[in-house]
Amino acid sequence: MSTSHQNKHSITLDELENIALKLRKSTIFTSSKAKIPHLGSCLSCMDILVYLYWKELNINPQNFRAHDRDRFILSKGHGAPALYQVLGEIGFFDKELLKSFGENDSFFHEHPPKPGSIPGIEAATGSLGHGLPMALGMALSSKIRGLNFKCYALLSDGECNEGTIWEAAMLASSLRVNNLVAIIDFNKWQATGRSQEIMSLDPLVDKWISFGWQTLEVDGHNFNQLEQAFIKTKKSTQKPTVIVAHTIKGKGISFMEDNNNWHYRTPNESELEAAFTELNNNAL
Amino acid sequence: MRNTFAKAITNLAKKREDIVLLSGDIGNRMFDEFKKVAPNRFFNCGIAEANMMSMAAGMGISNLRPFVYTITPFTTSRCFEQIKIGVAYHQSKVTIVGTGSGLSYAELGPTHHSLDDLGILRTIPSLNIYTPCDSQELEYCINQSILNNGPNYIRIGKKGEKNLSEFEPLSSPIDINWISRGGEIAIIGYGPILSEAASIKNDLKKINKEISILSVIKFSPFDTKVLKSLTKNGIKHLIVLEEHYSSSGLFSKISEIVLKENLKFESIKPFGLEDKFINRLGKQNYMREKFKIDSRSLYNYIVSI
Repeated sequence: MSTSHQNKHSITLDELENIALKLRKSTIFTSSKAKIPHLGSCLSCMDILVYLYWKELNINPQNFRAHDRDRFILSKGHGAPALYQVLGEIGFFDKELLKSFGENDSFFHEHPPKPGSIPGIEAATGSLGHGLPMALGMALSSKIRGLNFKCYALLSDGECNEGTIWEAAMLASSLRVNNLVAIIDFNKWQATGRSQEIMSLDPLVDKWISFGWQTLEVDGHNFNQLEQAFIKTKKSTQKPTVIVAHTIKGKGISFMEDNNNWHYRTPNESELEAAFTELNNNAL
Repeated sequence: MRNTFAKAITNLAKKREDIVLLSGDIGNRMFDEFKKVAPNRFFNCGIAEANMMSMAAGMGISNLRPFVYTITPFTTSRCFEQIKIGVAYHQSKVTIVGTGSGLSYAELGPTHHSLDDLGILRTIPSLNIYTPCDSQELEYCINQSILNNGPNYIRIGKKGEKNLSEFEPLSSPIDINWISRGGEIAIIGYGPILSEAASIKNDLKKINKEISILSVIKFSPFDTKVLKSLTKNGIKHLIVLEEHYSSSGLFSKISEIVLKENLKFESIKPFGLEDKFINRLGKQNYMREKFKIDSRSLYNYIVSI
């Protein structure tokens, strides 16, 4: 296929582990250097992003405007620092550009801008609850225009507070939009507390089933499970698919894991060093 | 106007494969013909306007030309952020249509009045706002919305409005349409309420008073040139007629331009609504009389100048 990038299918899941580790490092480094928050949220979805871009999405970074490319929308826009590292690493743009992250006049800040300034960004998000409905519109465009591309939206569990998520869920179900895939980075936290306590999210899986979606449940840090789930998304003929991915906020750094302080905190020098030591040890 | 919209959008859909119509659970039978012509391009998106607007934004940036249609408050204030971010910031090729604007649905109460839609939408950068007064202007606006590629909002009335002017769609865009020319007094306004102005023209002629009537077809971005030319063409008194709050509508807009450009009118009089919720209801005509934006009030004011 013209838009699939090279080596996509040959890369092993073990190699994905190394890529994710490397990108965790650069995300943490950027957060520390440029004082970019939402580190916990970035680390919880890093493995999902890596899987999507290296194994799943039919997008050629060298031809990222191809009409028939798959569309990926980071509906949880505050995960942008992780997404930018992914896009740079896989070749949507020169990684050198990421050095301007957080500087005045840079395009690289806390949320994805509208398409056009950063290659690979399909939609401006940051206000929650917009990305899934936009992906739904794009998925319908795919059908109307006969292009057969798929649309993916990565949501946070906190984002499921937004009514528009459930509006989109109902309509996608009634329209049988089987080329739409939502992935929920279910890290059990939102900005100020446990997502279950704030908006009574549970039972999240049952909710999506009852809304008429093919609903899959995986460990969002397990590439094997992600692979199995994404294979199933392609077999759905009648339903949109949601992958509820259980994740750990701050995944990969022991003192950040499941600690919601890292929603807003950025690492100081010694914390950065400790995080790097840990990641280096994990790599051995 | 709404039947004109249904007809025009159906004709467009016949010609263009990229036209999509999204409706918020209204106008179902009205779009039967569209559904016949383009069954896979009509979506009843249910009573979920915010989702509908973001969906349209997603379609518009994927090379479709979606039209989003429902009652004005629900297609504007209900989903303001989805318009601001999804539609306008993305420069998505979406045309939003608000039907039953102003006091068209007067007796349905403040939930269905739209006296603030231009006030909120005019704050959105790059959104083209069209305010046609009749079906002829509406057809022109629909064509413009296709030509301009940009995000658009078209504010329309209900059904049965008479055409107010001889209007020949021009190849070049026209932002302000002259319905009549003459005299030192000009009524400038937009939307179906301009019929109140048109209806007093002959009565005024009988007492040797001529008036100019200008229909603002494009509210945003506003063409200041015509306004500047008015003083040069002998217009001394301006009456700003609108079925909208004066404080955030055309009167507000014109006041800003007059100050900025230092235009010299002897008087500028708002004929719009005060920003108050309306509790005691009635038919649209009754409400226009009650709030003194009807033809008789206009006539009496003009005679007094």
